[in-house]
Formats: sequence, C-alpha cells, structure tokens
Amino acid sequence: MAGVAVSTTINGDHVEYLCQPDETLLDVLRDRLGLTGAKEGCGTGDCGACSIILDNRLVCSCLVLGAEAEGRIVETVEGMAHGDQLHPLQQKFLEHAALQCGICTPGFLIAAKDLLAKNPDPTEEEIRFGLAGNLCRCTGYDKIVRAVQDAATVMKKGV
Amino acid sequence: MNFDPRFSGRKFSSVGTRPIRPDGVDKVTGRARYGADFNMAGQLVGRVLRSPHAHAKILKIDTSKAEKLAGVKAVITAADLPDLTDGDSAMYDVLDNCMARTKALYDGHAVAAVAAVDARTARQALKLIEVDYELLPHVTDVDEAMKHTAPLINDTLFTEGLEEKPVKPSNVTKRSQFGHGDVHQGFGHADFIVERSFKTEQTHQGYIEPHACVASVSSDGTADLWVCTQGHFVYRQHCAQLLGLEASKLRVTSSEIGGGFGGKTHVWAEPVALALSRKAGRPVKLVMTRDEVFRASGPTSATSIDVKIGARKDGTITAAEATLRYSSGPYAGTWAEIGAMTAFACYKLDNVKTVGFEVLVNRPKTAAYRAPSAPMAAFAVESAVDELAKEIGMDPVDFRIKNAAQEGTRSSYGPVYGPIGIGPTLEAAKTHPHMKAPLGKNQGRGMACGFWFNFGGQTCVDLNIGMDGSVSLAVGTVDVGGSRASLSLVAAEELGIDYAQLKAVVADTSSLGYNDMTDGSRGTFSSSMATISAARNAIKILRDRAAQTWDIPVDDVVWENGHAIAKGEKYGNLAALSLKEIAAASGKTGGPIAGHSELVADGAGVSFATHICDIEVDPETGAARVVRYTVIQDAGKAVHPTYVEGQYQGGAAQGIGWALNEEYIYGKDGRLQNAGFLDYRIPVCSDLPMIDTQILEIPNPNHPYGVRGVGETSIVPPLAAIANAVSNAAGVRMTHIPMSPPRILAAIEAERGG
Ligand code: FES
Ligand code: FES
Repeated sequence: MAGVAVSTTINGDHVEYLCQPDETLLDVLRDRLGLTGAKEGCGTGDCGACSIILDNRLVCSCLVLGAEAEGRIVETVEGMAHGDQLHPLQQKFLEHAALQCGICTPGFLIAAKDLLAKNPDPTEEEIRFGLAGNLCRCTGYDKIVRAVQDAATVMKKGV
Repeated sequence: MNFDPRFSGRKFSSVGTRPIRPDGVDKVTGRARYGADFNMAGQLVGRVLRSPHAHAKILKIDTSKAEKLAGVKAVITAADLPDLTDGDSAMYDVLDNCMARTKALYDGHAVAAVAAVDARTARQALKLIEVDYELLPHVTDVDEAMKHTAPLINDTLFTEGLEEKPVKPSNVTKRSQFGHGDVHQGFGHADFIVERSFKTEQTHQGYIEPHACVASVSSDGTADLWVCTQGHFVYRQHCAQLLGLEASKLRVTSSEIGGGFGGKTHVWAEPVALALSRKAGRPVKLVMTRDEVFRASGPTSATSIDVKIGARKDGTITAAEATLRYSSGPYAGTWAEIGAMTAFACYKLDNVKTVGFEVLVNRPKTAAYRAPSAPMAAFAVESAVDELAKEIGMDPVDFRIKNAAQEGTRSSYGPVYGPIGIGPTLEAAKTHPHMKAPLGKNQGRGMACGFWFNFGGQTCVDLNIGMDGSVSLAVGTVDVGGSRASLSLVAAEELGIDYAQLKAVVADTSSLGYNDMTDGSRGTFSSSMATISAARNAIKILRDRAAQTWDIPVDDVVWENGHAIAKGEKYGNLAALSLKEIAAASGKTGGPIAGHSELVADGAGVSFATHICDIEVDPETGAARVVRYTVIQDAGKAVHPTYVEGQYQGGAAQGIGWALNEEYIYGKDGRLQNAGFLDYRIPVCSDLPMIDTQILEIPNPNHPYGVRGVGETSIVPPLAAIANAVSNAAGVRMTHIPMSPPRILAAIEAERGG
C-alpha cells in the first residue's frame, strides 16, 4: 500500500510524516513520531488512554486515522508542560497522588484539560461525567477528581 | 551481618510524610516508558494465533503459506518451544499455556505465532496459518465441570487429597481441608443456623496496560527482555527454563508497569517473543490486544460456595463450615485451597471446617487477582454472617465484634495470631460517622470484613552513596503504585537524611540479586526491611570512615540525624561529620561507600479490613448505585499514607466492579462473548462516589517500623459489603455475584411474587 503524506501541527510544531491509509493516529504518534505518551489500552475507543485533543476536540486517537490529521492541530500530553514548568493539572496530579501505575494518566490529563477549557468551574458530578470516558483501574478515581478540583481552583486564580 | 527485624517503636521523621514520588514527573509528562513504549533497532512485530475453540485436538498446523509471505521472518508453533520442563508439572502447564501442544484448552489459547516486519504483515501471516482442529466437548461452568458426566479436560489428572486415590480421572484436581474442633458438635449447640449457597462469576484484573514485551535473543546464547511484569526475576527464571537459556545470560528489565494486580505475575507472551526472536535472529516486540488480554490472560476463578454457620442466642458462633469450588482454568491450581484458608480467618472459632475443590474448566488459566481467592470466600461467609446476626437480632457490627479473632486466637487455617487489626477495624466502624448517617429512599447500608495473609519472601537491595553525598537505592521489587517513594522515605529515615537526597530505581536482573515478585502485598513490606538493613550496613561503614578520620575506635562513633558523632567527653572538640562530608572524603578513606542487603523477609503481618457502604437500588430496573463507601484497614505503619489510601480506594473500586458488574460471559459454544471494555464494564468515574479511608496502625512486631502489606485486603470485603447493603436496600438476599441489574430485578420480582 502506498503511504499517505501528511502535514500537521503537533504540540505547536509543524510535523510531516508518511503513514499507511489504515494506520491510526495513535500508531503514528507512538510508532512513527516517538510520542509514546498516549497509550493503547484497548484500541476500540473504550478506555481513553489514547486521548488527545484534535482541533480543540477531545478524541480517542485510536479511532482517528493518521491521514485525518492533515492540516489540523494535535495536542498530546507531551505538549502540556511549558519547558520545565508543569501544567497545573500535572502538578496537582502529583501532589494528590492521582496516579498509581500512571498508564491512564496522560489520557486523564488531556481529558481534564479539555474539560476545564470548556468548564473552568466544574462540580464534582461534572468532573465525574466529564472524565467518564477514561478508565483507571488503580485509584478508584477519588484522588483524580480531587486533583482536577484543585487544579481548577489554581487555574481560576491564575487567570 | 546480624539484622534485627523486630519492631522498635522509634519516632519517625520521614516515614509517614507524603512527598511526591520520584517517578512522578515522568509519568505526568508522558516520558515514563511502559511495556509497549520501548523499541530496539531492527525489531519485528510479533503476533499470536489463538484457538477460536473452547476445547479441540490440534491435528495439524500448516505454516508454509505464512512463511512464504514477504516480510515474515519467523513462524513458530509448540515445536519451537520443546518441553524442557523435566517433570516439573507446574512449569509444563505454563509452557502449554504459552503455546498449546496437543489440545487447545480454551477460546484464546495460543497455537502459533509469527514475527514480521510490520503489524499488517504479521496479521496477514496469521490468516495464512492453517490449523486442523478436531472439536471436543467442552465445559465452562464450575459446577457442571464437577459432574461425572462432564467432558474430561485432562485425563491424566486424578483428584489429590482424597483418602484413597480415585480410580478414574476427573476435573477435580485437588481437595483440601482446613479447620479444627468438631463442627457437628458445634452445630448441635447452636440456637440459630444459616445455610446458603453462593456463586461468583469470573472477573479480570483489568489492568489498563496490555501485556507487552520486547525480546532479543543473540546467537551467542545471551538475551534481553524488556517487559511489564510484577516480577522480572521470576520472569527470567521461567523464561530461561522454558527456552533452555542460562538465567544469568537473560537480562530482564522491568518497564514501568501499567497495572498488574496479580495478572502480571505469570508469563504468557514473553517465552513466545523470545522464541520468535531466537528463530528470526532479530528483536521482537509483542503486545497483546485488549481482546487477547481478556481471552488469554488473567482471570480469577469462578466459584460456587456453600456456607453454614451456627450461633447461640447470645451471639457466640458455635460452628462454621464451608465447601468451596473454584475454577482454575484447564490446569491444576490451588485457588480453592486459598479460599478455604481465608474463608473464616476473621473469626475466633472453636469448631470450623472448610473444604476446597480445584476444578478444571475450558477457560483461561486462572491467575492471581489481588488477595486471590479471598473475596469470593468473604462474600459467602460475610453474607451468611450478616444473615445470622439478623436472625439473632443483633447488630451486624456487634455480632462480628463478639466473634472477632484476637491476639492468641488460633486461626481457622492453623497459625495462632499475633497482634491483629480485625477488632480495631470493627470498633472503628462502629463509631464511624458513616454508620450513623441517615439513609435515603431505596438505600441500604452494608458492612463486611476481610482478611489477607500478606507475603514476605526473598529480597535484595543495594544502597550506594555517591561522592556528593546523594544516595541511590536499587530495589528489585517492581513498583506498582508508589513503592519507590515509600522505600526512599525508609532509607531517608534510617540514614537521617532528606528524602530529596535519595533516588530509588528498580534494578534489572543483571544488576541486583534475586527478588521475589511484587505480590502478596510484599513490595513495601519486604523491600523496606531490606532497605533498612542495607542502610544500617552503610551506616557501619560511614561510622568506620569517621572513626578513621578522627583516629578513634569505631565503637565510640554513633550515627545520629545523618551525622557521625564522636561520643564521650574526651571528643568534645570533634565536630560531627555529615554523610556528605564522609562521602566526599571516601576516595581517601577506603573507597566507595555502600550498603547491601540480602534477606528473606519473614513475618509479614496478616491484614484485616472492615468496609461500610451505602447502596441505592432502583426497584424498577434493579440497578444498584454506590452512594457512600468507607474503608477501614490496618496498615501496621503507613510509610506514605497517600499511597496507602490509594491502595484502599483502588481495591474497593475493583471490588465494587466485581460486585455489581464485571463478569466473563461465555456462549454455549464455549467462546467468550465480552472480551472488551465495552461489554466487560469496569467502574468509570461517574459510577463511584469518593471513597473514604481510615488507616489504623497496629504495628507488625516482625518489622522494624511495624509495616504490614496493604495492597490486597481492600478488595476482600466489597463483594459482601455491597451484597449486604443491597439486601438491606431491596429486602432480598443476593447470592450471585455480580449483582447486575437483571439479577437484582429477578430477585426483587421473585420476592414480590412470593
Ligand atoms: S486505546 Fe483508544 S480508547 Fe482505549
Ligand atoms: S493509575 Fe493505573 S490505571 Fe490509573
């Protein structure tokens, strides 16, 4: 199969790659571009470990084709920190120990970032439903919800 | 060197604080490397062909077409993994499970594998492998499998543990029995007796990271394996044995691990990846799909349990008895045995008897899942205990307190307990505000207790002091949820230095002595013991160097708050030497300073928990929702309390999923029908409330800091606590887990109809 040439923006950088027409964006990110922050937990859109933001929309990158990224803007967990300055969500996840194994963490961070962008002052229930597309098997979600609440507070103050 | 592991009751300055974990930043920035995040130059993609049949003879496998496909570099079958197990039947089962030899024993059993230049070629190659099967009758239900008429899964296995060896083989591979006293007599003294049968369905650990590894075998007999595992030293041994490699020539590096919960204590794909690499002469990366994870790795036993408990009017239990049948997949296991040991471990009983039966079924080989076998037994026992309390007219907490095991109690599985936490967790539950909170409409409150043994085992730690006075700690127990932070705290405590001065890593199998798995809640318990011992050994050297510097006898030098101090009036003019100063001079005082420890961590203190939960049941749909949940558990000493809380919460959440939703569903054809997260639904964020925790600290006398394992017990009580709450909310006794909406609705309707 002939490759598809794609030109896109990932975490603010202009990126070009060749991919197969049936290759997922998740595979492109992980296997072609070395961005292994997004994880494959299921490959079927059910776990959210592969979450990324595509043109300001939260998507499962396992359900997007690499070719579909043409001309669009991709944000992954690797782009969340500014230099050595962690994003408030990253900082709060650390402080609250909102991760045990951490495999779900990149997906949660991206999903939470998207949630707070759309709803800077979510209730606990809004956080719980907003993050319901991401599976975590380790934490029982308690500390994740608290970290997001805390980050929301910090981010509001910061503005 | 003599190491005294006894609890010393010291005052802590680092232990018990909550610093950020050393591996944290990498994990929130996407930099941490898990099983599938590692690549080697020239690596191939491995894929496994799996049986679509529950039970079938493999007549012939033709791989010739696949081998001819461009880009395919190796195709293997059982012939490429010859039997080197030398009569070790447990290892033979592992081998057969990695690659079916003569029969496919479950839907998902590996029968062949390929390595190709890319994933697409590998997938195509699998389609070109032709397997001739002769279908055999199958059985997937544990009770069905015990019947004489059931299809026989392994005709060489005869039930062990019977007085007389049976004349015929059967699917029951073993009978085990525990207890003491005379239950017959005990029941004779009972005023009330509850007798019930229970069933639990099979669940999966559900780690979000599928099994993944990269294997590289060289023609000189050396090999490297990068893998997500709970025990890289054990993986090394097993892989080396199955492939005929020398263990020391196989270096296994454990990646960051994306959850295991017992499921990553067993090899599955790793020997296959190594065999593919050996044949292809190139590195091979093998990552399971989620479908494969469900069909071929994990799961727990499905169980069928009968319980009978009798008590006097005053609430004293006079006898307790249980028969436990646990499925073990198609290979012999000891799962019912563990269930039989744990079933009544919370109670002080004069007359107790438990009998376990291990049962073969055409399902994946049963694997450990967090306090393996205990949650199902606790579900049955704690449900019956609750019912009995009700019949007597006693409060369920008071009834349990009255019968709780204590220090000196002979446990139902044999040993006599030291100081234990069952009584204290129950007392804490009794006074917990949760117990008094009002309940809403259709809501019910339930509680239950749980027990887990906790393991210790072989452990090795290296502690190296750099010339700049910073300390690196190399441990061999895989960090599944923050243990590097806990062990750094322990080293900081012992050395009297700052947490920030330390960095803990998990060393590979070539860099450190053998370590048992991170299982049985042993990680922090045993590695902290070895860390303390290693630190004390380093301190001996530090004192020695200070003594040299001062030219005084080493016995006059003590170690306090990170400094060597010359003790005694005559040394009044000698300023204390810090660890940093001693380290800086080490090149001139005798070379590098390090402390090592190799030990068998004995005396892992047993662990108990009491859980309270409120459940709301929708009487129209049968849907049950957790409204409030509280975990009370003894930690011995919580080294990093935040991560201890995390263990409590995580276990409770897994138990909630098990209680209400999760189950393997098999069709009549013996095929798994829900091998994905869409249909095997684990709890999501919106399913759960906050999970409150209360940490009790009843020191373990066999650990210098009093630490007990904390990882597993939290999954033991939820099944029963929720069943008791559902029973109180809906007025029906649930005897089948999971209590999915149809099951609860059916029970409610049966009750209404009756
Ligand atoms: S990997 Fe994309 S949702 Fe699970
Ligand atoms: S921290 Fe392990 S899955 Fe979320």
